[in-house]
Amino acid sequence: MNSVEMTYREAIIAAQRAELSADDRVLLIGEDIGAAGGSFKLTEGLQAQFGASRVRDTPISEQAFVGAAMGLALTGYRPIVELMFADFMGVCFDQIVNGIAKHRFMQGGTLELPLVIRTVGGAGARFGAQHSQTGESWLLPAPGLKVFAAGSPNEAYHLIRAAVRDPNPVVVLEHKFLFTRRGPVQLFDQAIPPVEGPKRLRPGDDITIVASLAMVERIQSAARELERVGISAELFDLRVIRPLHAASIIDSVTRTNRLLVVEENHSLGGWGGELIASVVTEAFDYLDAPPERLTLPDWPMPYSPRLEDAALPSVEAIVTKARAMVEGRGR
Amino acid sequence: MPTVIHLPALSPGMTEGKLVRWLKQEGDWVDRGEAIAEIETDKSVLDLEAIEAGHLARILVAESQELIAIDTPLALLAKAGEDASASEILAAIPSPTPAAARPGAHQESRLPAPRSERIAVSPLARRMAAEAGIDLEDVTGSGPRGRIIKRDIHSALDAGHTASYTTIANSGARRITARRLTEAASSIPHFYLTIDCQVDELLALRGRLNDSGETGEKLSINDFVIRACALALREVPRVNSSWNEQAIRLHRDVDIAVAVAAPDGLMTPIVRKADTKNLSAIATEMRQLAARARTRKLRPEEFQGGGFSISNLGMHGVRQFTSIINPPQVAILAVGAAEARPVVDRGKLAIATVMTCTLSCDHRVLDGSVGAEFLNCFRALLARPDQLT
Repeated sequence: MNSVEMTYREAIIAAQRAELSADDRVLLIGEDIGAAGGSFKLTEGLQAQFGASRVRDTPISEQAFVGAAMGLALTGYRPIVELMFADFMGVCFDQIVNGIAKHRFMQGGTLELPLVIRTVGGAGARFGAQHSQTGESWLLPAPGLKVFAAGSPNEAYHLIRAAVRDPNPVVVLEHKFLFTRRGPVQLFDQAIPPVEGPKRLRPGDDITIVASLAMVERIQSAARELERVGISAELFDLRVIRPLHAASIIDSVTRTNRLLVVEENHSLGGWGGELIASVVTEAFDYLDAPPERLTLPDWPMPYSPRLEDAALPSVEAIVTKARAMVEGRGR
Repeated sequence: MPTVIHLPALSPGMTEGKLVRWLKQEGDWVDRGEAIAEIETDKSVLDLEAIEAGHLARILVAESQELIAIDTPLALLAKAGEDASASEILAAIPSPTPAAARPGAHQESRLPAPRSERIAVSPLARRMAAEAGIDLEDVTGSGPRGRIIKRDIHSALDAGHTASYTTIANSGARRITARRLTEAASSIPHFYLTIDCQVDELLALRGRLNDSGETGEKLSINDFVIRACALALREVPRVNSSWNEQAIRLHRDVDIAVAVAAPDGLMTPIVRKADTKNLSAIATEMRQLAARARTRKLRPEEFQGGGFSISNLGMHGVRQFTSIINPPQVAILAVGAAEARPVVDRGKLAIATVMTCTLSCDHRVLDGSVGAEFLNCFRALLARPDQLT
C-alpha cells in the first residue's frame, strides 16, 4: 500500500481504472464518458484503455441507462454509472429508490445488486439552482441504498473502490468544487479496507464538528483558526450518509460535550438533524450546549456568485458559531 | 442626578430586545437625538436615540445581551455640568439588580422570582453537579441566558464549592438489597443466640488434610462451618424452614446460602444439598460460586432460594456480630474470627482457639430452645471434626 499525491479528479479516475483492471465484470456507462472523457473529465482515458464495450456512452436518458445498469448488475456485471449531475437523480429517481434500492429486499435477499452510481453535486461553482445540489438529503430515507460522500482525493479513491466491491447498490456523491484539490491518496493493491462510517480527521477537546463533501475542507480551515484562539476542535468527515453511523460521533461528544454539524443541504430533512437526534438521545447527559447546525438557507441556490457564496456555510461562520458554543455565548 | 435610559418599546407588541452594540462609550458626549446603541427587535435593528444631551456616564447592559425586557435600564446619562459622582450613579441604578444583569430572568423580571424557579442547566453540568455533590442553587450560570454550563461547575469546584460528600448513584441491585433488608429487619421478630466454639481440633485436622493434599482443594474454616451447619440442620430440621402466613415449610433439601461480598452489595450463592457433599466438594463448589459472585456472574438459580444462611466475617478479625435474616428463611449464622482466648477447662485456666457464632432466629418459627439445640449440635460437630470428613 503506497501513498501518492493526486487531485480529486485524478483519484476518481484512478479508482475506476483500478476496478476496471481488477475485474472484467466492471463496466462504466454514462453520458459522454467515452471519447469525451466525461463532462467533468472524470473518466478521461478509460475508454482508450479498456475499449468502447466496457466504457460506454449512452443516450441522454438517465431513466434508461440507470435502469440498464440495474439489469447489468442483476445479470453478472458490476456496472459503474456516471450521472453527470446529482440534480439529475430526479429524472431516474424511480429506478434508484423503487428499483435499485428495494430489489434485494423484495427478492428476499437471494441475489446481489453490485451497482455503483457516481454522481457530481454541490455548489460554489456557479451552476445555478438546478445543478448545485448535493443529493444527500434526497437519498437519506431510502433503505437498501448505501450513500457515500467523498470529501477529499483520498476518500474519492477509497469510497469508489469500496463501492464497486460492495454487493449492495451504492451511490457515491462527488463534489464539483473539489475537482482540483490535491492531496495524498492511499492506493490499494488487493484488499480494500471496509468503509466504516465517519472518519476522524483530527482529535480535539472542546467541540466536535462534522461535515461532508466540500464542507470538510472548511471545517479543517475553521479548526486551524479556532486553534489560534485556544479552541481545540475534533473533526469528522461523515463519509457514509446512509446508513448513518453515529457511534463514533456520539463517543466524541461524550468527551467534547458540544456538537456542530456543517452541511451543504437545507436543514429540513438533512443528515445533520438525524445525527443530532442520535447524539441527543444517546449522549444527553454529556451535552453542555444545544447541538447546532450550519446549513443552506431554505431557498434554491442563487445563480449570483455573491449570493451563492453567501448561502454556503463559510469558514468564518463556522468559527463564529463554534466560538459562541465553546465560550457559552450561543443558544 | 443622572437620567436612566430604559429600553423603550420600539415597535408595537415588542416585549424584549437585543442590545446589538453600543455606538457610544462610557464618558462620550451624546447630543439629543443622537444614536447611542443598536437595538434588535423581533422585526429589525433600530437605533436607540438619546432623548436629551449628556455624558454617557455608565453602561449597564453588555453588548450582544439578548432578551432584554422593555423598561430595563440600559445606561445612565449625566447632564451638562452635572458631576455624576459614584453615589449619585449608584442611587440612580434601580434596586434590585436590573433584569439585564441577571440574564436568566427576562420576561418575568418585573415579577418577584419564585424560589422554585426552574434552574437552567446543561445536561452535562447537571450530571457533573450531581456527581460532585454541588447544589445547583449555589451555582451562578455563565452560559446563554444564565444557563449553568460545564465551566460554572469547574469554577464552583475550584472555589472549593464541593459538598462534604460525593454521590454514588444506587444500582438496581443496591436498591433491591436495601429494600429487602429494611423489610426483613423491620418485619421479622429477630432474637439472637451466641455460642463459643472451640476449634483447635478442627484447625489441626484442616492442617493435616491440606498438607496431605488428599482433598484436592485447600479447605477453609468456612468449608467446615458449611458442612457442620448442613449436618446440624438435618438434626434440627425446623431451623431449615421458611415462613409464610399460612404455614411453616420444612425443607427436604439442605440448601445453604453463603454471603459473599461483591463490589455492589452482598451476593448469597447457594450450596445445594450441602448435607450430601463432603468437605472437598463443598470447598470446590464454594470457590467457584464465590468467584462468580464477586464478578456478579451468578445465574439466578445459583443465588435464589436456600433454606439457611451463613455470614462469616472471621477472616476480617470480627469477634462477634449479628446478621439480618434473609426471608423467607428463618435463621442465619454469623461466624466470627477463630482466635486464641483464655478458657476454663475442668476448673483450670487454659488457652484455646475459640470462634464465636451468633444465630439470628425468626421468633415466629423458632423458639430459643430450638435455636440452642441447633447451636449445640453445630458446636459439637466442630469440636469433633472427624465427623465432618
